[in-house]
Amino acid sequence: MAKRIDVSGLSAYYGSFRAIEDISMTVEPRSVTAFIGPSGCGKSTFLRTLNRMHEVTPGGRVDGKVMLDDENLYGAGVDPVAVRREVGMVFQRPNPFPTMSVYDNVAAGLRLNGSYKKSELSDVVEKSLKGANLWNEVKDRLNKPGSGLSGGQQQRLCIARAIAVEPNVLLMDEPCSALDPISTLAIEDLIGELKERFTIVIVTHNMQQAARVSDRTAFFNLAAVGQPGKLIEIDDTERIFSNPSVQATEDYISGRFG
Amino acid sequence: MDITTKNPDTTPPAAPEPPTAEQKRAARGATRPGDRIFLGLSRGSGILLLAVMAAIAIFLTYRAVLAISEDEGNFLTTFEWNTNLNPPSFGIAVLAFGTIVSSIVAMVIAVPVAVAIALFLTHYAPRRLSGPISYVIDLLAAVPSIVYGLWGALILVPNMNGLFGWLNDYLGWTGIFSWEEGAPRSMLTVGILLAIMILPVITNVSREVFRQTPRMNEEAALALGATRWEVVRIAVLPFGRSGVISASMLGLGRALGETMAVATVLSPSFLIQASLLDPGGGTFAQNIAAKFGEANEFGRDALIASGLVLFVITLLVNGAARAIIARRAEYSGANA
Repeated sequence: MAKRIDVSGLSAYYGSFRAIEDISMTVEPRSVTAFIGPSGCGKSTFLRTLNRMHEVTPGGRVDGKVMLDDENLYGAGVDPVAVRREVGMVFQRPNPFPTMSVYDNVAAGLRLNGSYKKSELSDVVEKSLKGANLWNEVKDRLNKPGSGLSGGQQQRLCIARAIAVEPNVLLMDEPCSALDPISTLAIEDLIGELKERFTIVIVTHNMQQAARVSDRTAFFNLAAVGQPGKLIEIDDTERIFSNPSVQATEDYISGRFG
Repeated sequence: MDITTKNPDTTPPAAPEPPTAEQKRAARGATRPGDRIFLGLSRGSGILLLAVMAAIAIFLTYRAVLAISEDEGNFLTTFEWNTNLNPPSFGIAVLAFGTIVSSIVAMVIAVPVAVAIALFLTHYAPRRLSGPISYVIDLLAAVPSIVYGLWGALILVPNMNGLFGWLNDYLGWTGIFSWEEGAPRSMLTVGILLAIMILPVITNVSREVFRQTPRMNEEAALALGATRWEVVRIAVLPFGRSGVISASMLGLGRALGETMAVATVLSPSFLIQASLLDPGGGTFAQNIAAKFGEANEFGRDALIASGLVLFVITLLVNGAARAIIARRAEYSGANA
């Protein structure tokens, strides 16, 4: 299930502006990799290149290679729709489909992927909601609108929706930045469980969060506003937070800038 | 803001004292002449509007009741309109049927096309194309209805024979599409013309609604591996549903009340028939336009009575639309 991501020489553009430049890294399967760095350094942009969501933005364009095991996501003839079915994504703000019930939200991805029997669908919905630690809270209101849940529940609903289609990789773009501390804790616990099954990449502004949940941490930075963001270093989380090999990383995590 | 709480430490905010008249006046703030003049003007305009509406309603109802009380036939079920006879006999059955049928035909044609155009403009067309197309659609809305009527009578009607013959050949057995070779000045032609007339308003309102689909809902669908059409189906259309219903109701309102275009194209007669292709039938507005000029005092009262029925039908349609929207309000996306 979980697959290795191998990025080499990747740059992403908005029109003629180069947002990130020449990034190469490897993300191990069944691990959590955190992206940290100051605002505007391109970590979210880079995350969105990993499931070809970057090119959805008008003017968005990507150079380079992203290998998912031995398949290049940007190879000729690769359908971005198929890529996104393999690489799931959770967004900064919880975004359940407002017109759908809790059940339909989780089932949405499966229904896109093909026809399922009703019993099969219920099984997957239950399994996904349990996987997102949400089942006990919503099992009596599966037919109520998903937008009626609390923010933290909505975000776990979005996670359930993403894992229902059994992706190989799960991308999370600051998944806790709109949530309170209790909900944040619930999501962080969940990330710890999900990494048994998925390759997880998480963008976060919260360095404590990166330290708590991730196995590896990548630090991004940009030389100046208007310059492209770059990967400064990627290493084991413990090492990044105790003894990083680049001075800029140490300055950032010790709060000297950013 | 609790204006009665003088001291927040001692007065529990849960049980405020009822404000005195003086405090109420203080809460309204200092009264300046400009404020008072503007308040008077805006309040006066509001009251004037209500008064005018009430006066119109009372006048119309009074004249209508005068006419209906003299009606020898049943006002709702009679199939004729003879206001010059003594005693007079007239009824709205044919007009109600024709109005509703022509509007349904127009909606069935216009709503899918309008929704498709709106989706194309907001989600498919390149920006260079969507501007000019929107402009052309706005132009369609600006054409006076008599021009549509003339176009319908001079261009549309003479060119309908092919379509009518084809429908009769293949669908004539249904009864709805049977045709006895009369001039195609029928309900279907009227419906097609009305569809073209209401297309701009439905398209424009739908386009604005679809444009407001939250970006994050579309991205959620994309990230699940939705194709462009699937994004439209699971994120855009459900979000825009109530807006499309409102847009359709605006269009329907225009179709129900359209006068000149119908009067120019339709060959009227006081009969109800299943076929949409055979000429005949009538609508409220068309009947009023056709008969008002030659009607005597009593005939005019009778026409006013028919106009009141059209008004009631429009109200009912709007109420039904609101009910449909309200029923799904918790899923509307407004609480997301």
